[in-house]
Amino acid sequence: MKEKQQIKEILNELFTSQKLAVLGTHQGGQPYGSLVAFAATLDLRNLIFATTRATRKFANLQADPRVSMVLDNRSNRVADFRRAVAATALGRAREVRGKERMRLAKMFLAKHPHLKEFIASPTCALVKMRVEVYYAVWRFQNVFEWRVK
Amino acid sequence: MTSGIALSLPEIKIEDRPRVGGKGFALAVMARGGLRVPPALCITPEAYQEFVAVTGIRETILLELGRKSFEDMRWEEIWDTSLRIRNAFLQSPPPESLREKLIPPLEAMFSGKAVAVRSSAPGEDSAKTSFAGLHESYIHIRGTESILEHIRLVWASLWSDRALLYRKELGLDVQKSAMAVVVQEMISGERSGVAFGRNPLDPAQAVIEAVYGLNQAMVDGTVEPDRWILKRDTGEVISHHEAKREKTLAYAPGGVRLEPLAPELRGKAPLERADIGEVFGLTGKAETIFGSPQDMEWTYRGNLLFTLQSRPITTGSSGADDLRPWYLSLHRSFENLQGLRRKIEEELIPCMVKEAGEMAQFPLAPLSDLELAGEIERRLKIGGKWDEQYKEYCIPFAHGMRLFGQVYNDRVKPENPFEFMDLLGGVDMISVQRNRMMEGLVGRIRRNPRLAESLRRGRKEGLDPGFLQALESFLTQFGDQSWSKARFDRNPKALFTLLLNMALQNPPRRGSARRSQMALEKIFFSHFEKDRREFAAELLDLGRASYRLRDDDNIYMGKIQAQIIAAAEEGKKRLRSRGRILPFRVEGMDVARALLDPRYRFKKGSSPGMEADKEKAGVRGRQIVGQPASSGIAAGKARVILRPEDLFAFKPGEILVCDAIEPNMTFVVPLAAGIVERRGGMLIHGAIIAREYGIPCVTGIPDATSLIPSGTRVTVDGFLGIVIIGETALPGK
Repeated sequence: MKEKQQIKEILNELFTSQKLAVLGTHQGGQPYGSLVAFAATLDLRNLIFATTRATRKFANLQADPRVSMVLDNRSNRVADFRRAVAATALGRAREVRGKERMRLAKMFLAKHPHLKEFIASPTCALVKMRVEVYYAVWRFQNVFEWRVK
Repeated sequence: MTSGIALSLPEIKIEDRPRVGGKGFALAVMARGGLRVPPALCITPEAYQEFVAVTGIRETILLELGRKSFEDMRWEEIWDTSLRIRNAFLQSPPPESLREKLIPPLEAMFSGKAVAVRSSAPGEDSAKTSFAGLHESYIHIRGTESILEHIRLVWASLWSDRALLYRKELGLDVQKSAMAVVVQEMISGERSGVAFGRNPLDPAQAVIEAVYGLNQAMVDGTVEPDRWILKRDTGEVISHHEAKREKTLAYAPGGVRLEPLAPELRGKAPLERADIGEVFGLTGKAETIFGSPQDMEWTYRGNLLFTLQSRPITTGSSGADDLRPWYLSLHRSFENLQGLRRKIEEELIPCMVKEAGEMAQFPLAPLSDLELAGEIERRLKIGGKWDEQYKEYCIPFAHGMRLFGQVYNDRVKPENPFEFMDLLGGVDMISVQRNRMMEGLVGRIRRNPRLAESLRRGRKEGLDPGFLQALESFLTQFGDQSWSKARFDRNPKALFTLLLNMALQNPPRRGSARRSQMALEKIFFSHFEKDRREFAAELLDLGRASYRLRDDDNIYMGKIQAQIIAAAEEGKKRLRSRGRILPFRVEGMDVARALLDPRYRFKKGSSPGMEADKEKAGVRGRQIVGQPASSGIAAGKARVILRPEDLFAFKPGEILVCDAIEPNMTFVVPLAAGIVERRGGMLIHGAIIAREYGIPCVTGIPDATSLIPSGTRVTVDGFLGIVIIGETALPGK
């Protein structure tokens, strides 16, 4: 199935080439966007990011775990309209602890080794977003949906 | 390397070769080698680069080429894309900085003389590949402003449909590709032609072809040339093929014109013995200069022989399954198209009508099985013959619209490159006549609730005589019309359901098209000098005929198809009556075989239609980009047309989703709120009929019928060419 293949390729492209993504949370209906360093699990089903617990985004996702994340590979040139791809992920986020945290932190640090100290801090929460749907966008306006079971 | 962006031939040095392109470099080399070459200026690729950078056209090209992957594009869509790019070039005047660099050398060299403006892309004329004709050339251009405009058009042709077909071979790249242009003084020769230093068919021979007048008419096949075959080593004439010399291409105010050849020249070959020797001598000199046999264009002005072009002879041929040469052959000249039109209107259509009529009259029921099998095969052969004719004459004639569009855009320079379609529309296509007759029936149903009720219940009483009469005459004219197996006269109930559905909505409005058409017509003619208006009118007439016939000839083809199906259906009926189980799709040939041989085994039947995969492992199309083919926005339930039944079940306000709209199914179009089509293009049936009715339409949606499930809500954005599938609410919210 060429569309599914294409979505997976796009996601893999984004997960390997990009370090940052935009996390969307909300507070009482007011949308709130934040730039986060992320990593993805190999099965493409989970997106991992770290945040200190005092941040607004952390408070937001504690109040409502429904979040979104936007990933893209734009280069800020006109060629983007042809070449850039993007994906919007919708899902639920929760802080991970214990063994799961250790396992995911290792994976996260493999991608962002310079964040070692940050992750090690007791104030830092490692958050796992379980993705329910991806919307992949290519060629400017083609949008395909993948519901992750 | 020589500085400057406009180089005269003596200024060009060997290291300038990549900058001036194959054509420009060959001219410089020949001039240096002592051949008589018309004065020329080479405009280097730096001028192109500056133009596309300053005007922002580079980004426009990126966007246009990025709409869709090339692999998913049909030739028609490539043509549309190329037209949009061309229009961007036409719409953007050259920046002042560029004018300052180009105008002085152009005026110094040509001051009011007629010139040819030709592409000279790098590698265009290389020995390995011949890309001659992929890019544009313009002849008989006079005046600096006009030259500048045509330089832009030649630049635009770097992205011509033809070039895009060969994008891989040409290495086309928006960021890097550029085009050199040769501006060359026109030599108005009285006798012209081509010469091959080595016959591509026989290496021991050389070939010379010659016509009276200009050689463009010979190159595109409008005027037949005299041909001489010579011994390559001695130049001795082996044979002379004399042409029927009747016409000649000559200069006319504002262009060139095909004229009757003067009677005293008709009996006389364009070249005498001494001339043949001189032209042959030219090929020898050029071969010495370039080191390989050449394919040359030449002309005689008085007794002076000029070399116009020279390029290596290529022998490259494409594989049999490469359709691109055929697509290239669809570009036709005005004269060629006029010939096609006569052929179609005067010969093919009357013949099709006659043949379909004869088949319809031929009683099938009394035939024995053996005879019926023979009749099926005979009809299949007739169908095959018409398919061939359609490909040979009708498809190329559709280029008439494109030719008109190109001239319209060149003259009028409209913002919307497809404005010309509004000028072609509104002609009395048969499909529109058919729809009007149906609308007449529907009008009676709307006015007469008793009639509607009777039709709904399938009762005879209440069907008023006026309705029956109108129905009768509709069926006489269009009853046999066929799309797949959809025929109006096969299933009255399905037809009534369709008519009742049509009666549910208001009569279709067919816009104020006529009025704006008159205004456009005026504008179009105002862009021609008085003595060229007749030509403009002929061209418009040709464009309209092309627009109309493109639809009509399919209706006639449908009539032939209906008779093939009728014979096959008779066969199937007989087979079924004997208890044979037929696969879902069975070809006429199989039916014929099964009639002849009771043990004949059918090939494994294919599944009924392409059923939409509702949830392809969780993946669904959400928003897909195609081509905006008719503007407006509409939302509604999708009705995916896979089988004839889907057409007859169509309900008002639904979105018609199909693989390709054919004229034989456009009767449901007035019911549709919007149209989505897999086949792409601005000039295809679906797009044309959608514009006739003012219905939003998006074409060129890959896998439309499998990505859009019937019954889903679909939004058709005919302004941007986008289809949005599903509700706007997020899942589960």
